[in-house]
Amino acid sequence: MLPLAVFGVLAIYFAVGLTRDPKIIPSALIDKPVPEFKLPPIVGGRGDGFGAADLRGDVSVVNVFASWCVPCRAEHPLINELADMKVARVYGLNYKDQPADANRWLAQLGDNYTAVGADVDGRAGFHWGVYGVPETFIVDKAGRIRMKHVGPITRDDLREKFLPLIKELAK
Amino acid sequence: MTLALITLVIGNPAPAHAVNPDEMLADPLLELRAREISKGLRCLVCQNQSIDDSDADLAKDLRVVVRERLTAGDSDSEIIDYVVARYGDFVLLKPPFKGATLVLWLGPALIGAAGLAAIALFFRRRRGAVTPVGVTPLSDDERARLNKLLEDGEGTNGDRT
Repeated sequence: MLPLAVFGVLAIYFAVGLTRDPKIIPSALIDKPVPEFKLPPIVGGRGDGFGAADLRGDVSVVNVFASWCVPCRAEHPLINELADMKVARVYGLNYKDQPADANRWLAQLGDNYTAVGADVDGRAGFHWGVYGVPETFIVDKAGRIRMKHVGPITRDDLREKFLPLIKELAK
Repeated sequence: MTLALITLVIGNPAPAHAVNPDEMLADPLLELRAREISKGLRCLVCQNQSIDDSDADLAKDLRVVVRERLTAGDSDSEIIDYVVARYGDFVLLKPPFKGATLVLWLGPALIGAAGLAAIALFFRRRRGAVTPVGVTPLSDDERARLNKLLEDGEGTNGDRT
């Protein structure tokens, strides 16, 4: 009886422990207000950039991306799709990028962002707890961070993780 | 003298650090504090290196932040809290002792104690139990009959020899 119980405990332990991705670090900012920041637009790009003040009043998605990031390229069509649905404002946080590269990348892959801010030195990213790209945050109407997604968004993520939460927060 | 020199050279190898000269602070005391703080902060990209050791871009950013806060006059614990507020406890190479980390800190001791208890129980049972498993001990009646038989048998045996 005892060996069986020990086996059961170990089985549960490994079932949980081995299926979790150690590369994904939970955000310390969940349910916290967005950090104070203000980003200028990409040099030579459109718009006025964005900052913490823009992330209040409506549900927002903040997508951290860079032209040098390959997975960003993979998820970008879905980001464009999400922005097209008009269920949330979708901001692009251009992380540690060269303006010319970023502008070319957006021209090539499409730019449906509500606005894009250039975080050239990564300082805004630091305040957001960014440790890699892509990362995507969902911010509620009160300007609180409600969810952080690490890595590229897949269609399943969009359907099962993003849209339900956005819908709930939009109520 | 030679021996002292050898021990100094061999026993004190300068570890390879990732801190670039241009990141260093002019004030050696502040720089020393920066190094100490950096040794306790995890590089989130490489995970098992401190930002003092790591060459990753993010580690460099964090080193610069630590030095900026030091120059601004923050205390060591204020700087650590500043980084933890953004990256969580995971950024600390030595996790804090608190509710969420109780299992982490006490788990090994508890498992060790459980193991010792199991060993103690095993030996106590073995000493206490003379009857092997699966054998029913003799009842009082049977024991009395056995004793009688033995006594009788001894007598007969003695007669034969």
